[in-house]
Amino acid sequence: MIRFDNVSKTYPKQNRPALRDVSLEIERGEFVFLVGSSGSGKSTFLRLLLREERASHGAVHVLGKDLGKLSNWKVPQMRRQIGTVFQDFRLLPNKTVGQNVAFALEVIGKPRGQIRKTVPEVLDLVGLGGKEDRMPGELSGGEQQRVAIARAFVNRPMLLIADEPTGNLDPQTSVGIMKLLDRINRTGTTVVMATHDQQIVDQMRKRVMELEKGRLVRDQSRGVYGYQH
Amino acid sequence: MRAQFVLSEIGVGLRRNLTMTFAVIVSVALSLGLFGASLLMRDQVSTMKGYWYDKVNVSIFFCNKNDADSGANCAKGAATTQQKNDIRAELNRLPIVEKVSYESSDQAYKHYKEQFGDTPVAGLVTPDQLPESFRVKLKDPTKFAVIKSAFSERPGVQEVQDQRDTVEPLFNLLNGMNIAALCVMGLMLVVALLLIVNTVRVSAFSRRRETGIMRLVGASSFYIQMPFILEAAIAGLIGAAFACVLIVGGKFVLVNNWLAEKIQVINFIGWDSVVAVLPLVLLIGLLMPALAAFFALRKYLKV
Repeated sequence: MIRFDNVSKTYPKQNRPALRDVSLEIERGEFVFLVGSSGSGKSTFLRLLLREERASHGAVHVLGKDLGKLSNWKVPQMRRQIGTVFQDFRLLPNKTVGQNVAFALEVIGKPRGQIRKTVPEVLDLVGLGGKEDRMPGELSGGEQQRVAIARAFVNRPMLLIADEPTGNLDPQTSVGIMKLLDRINRTGTTVVMATHDQQIVDQMRKRVMELEKGRLVRDQSRGVYGYQH
Repeated sequence: MRAQFVLSEIGVGLRRNLTMTFAVIVSVALSLGLFGASLLMRDQVSTMKGYWYDKVNVSIFFCNKNDADSGANCAKGAATTQQKNDIRAELNRLPIVEKVSYESSDQAYKHYKEQFGDTPVAGLVTPDQLPESFRVKLKDPTKFAVIKSAFSERPGVQEVQDQRDTVEPLFNLLNGMNIAALCVMGLMLVVALLLIVNTVRVSAFSRRRETGIMRLVGASSFYIQMPFILEAAIAGLIGAAFACVLIVGGKFVLVNNWLAEKIQVINFIGWDSVVAVLPLVLLIGLLMPALAAFFALRKYLKV
């Protein structure tokens, strides 16, 4: 599903690499936490997965493709198989919940009939059934994040990338979001989640990868958060 | 679905940048209006050239008996019949010559009277002061130099004169104006292009949320860029339409109603030339902003 072979990434005009010689493999259907302090390289790792950046050295394989060799015009096709969720939700404030989810399908040219059928289904799945016509501003943070997850999942991606999805939420709401992500994981979707939330990592007991100054310093199945911050 | 989606995006974009859109429309209209006008001016100049060059001749003036001291060629007084006949025979042999006609002193005097009949100078001139001449019509009026070099040093020839010299300053003036119009057009075009680039930048910035999401969910770059490009193309097309109105209006008011009344010796361009220019103006108005937007997007919209 995901394989890094001795991957390093140095941004232009910077001496210190953001990622240093990282090698790892993530299998289909896994749930992986990515932990590490700010500036440890978590975001760079996720950007490499989405091919927003290219590795300076080494090879990144995602969904069976070598992203270093993937030509630019094939990148959108690849991203359709990856769902993404962010700390700040990234919803369109002037569109309703339903339109926000539908937007993801419209812009990749899905037929209208299919959109009308899929959107309520996926909103039901994330627990927002019947809230299709609400505006994002009227919803709580947890509900907004559910909308974002619905949008990420509406294409039934093979891989879901979550960048601190609970960063803006209170602990109780976070638990709800994690249950949802766990459910999505059980449908066979691989989930990679970067987080700072110690409680959640310790509770879930999933595989934990820790980055420190760009190096992979720990890779532990059924791991814990592991360090104090 | 796609079309509807794209159209609504364009509508939102154009309204959001109303002032910029307006600036783009105005500058495109002015630059393309000037572009069309200068094309028509070129048409006008060539129409006039054709008209005038058809009428002008090369004149070979002969010495008459008063010219003895006016030049070496005339040292022997009036040109002899032999000299004139030689020159006429040679002219007729030249392939570039279309027709040779003879104007005697009396005929020259008559034309002179027609032109200056009412003025005081007319009384001072007598037939024998005016030289005899050959009026040579050339197949190609620009080949004047051939005639000049062949005959101006001949004994008995006082002067070889190209009548184009009298109309040339007018054409030079018109050409000069044309070049000036093209320069202004070029500047306006640069302004229009910069405005489009800036509009696209503002537009891309104000929609970075949408485009960011589109990118994440895997919309193709074509799909992301199309609304911006169409926006620029539509603004450009509206500008070009205004330019067409300016051109047609200019032809109607300036040429038909004003110049054609004032100056009747010139035949002005017709509606057919105007109609030929309009599609070009519209096409440029459509493509140029679209291309500018396309290149601006590579810089301001990460895909």
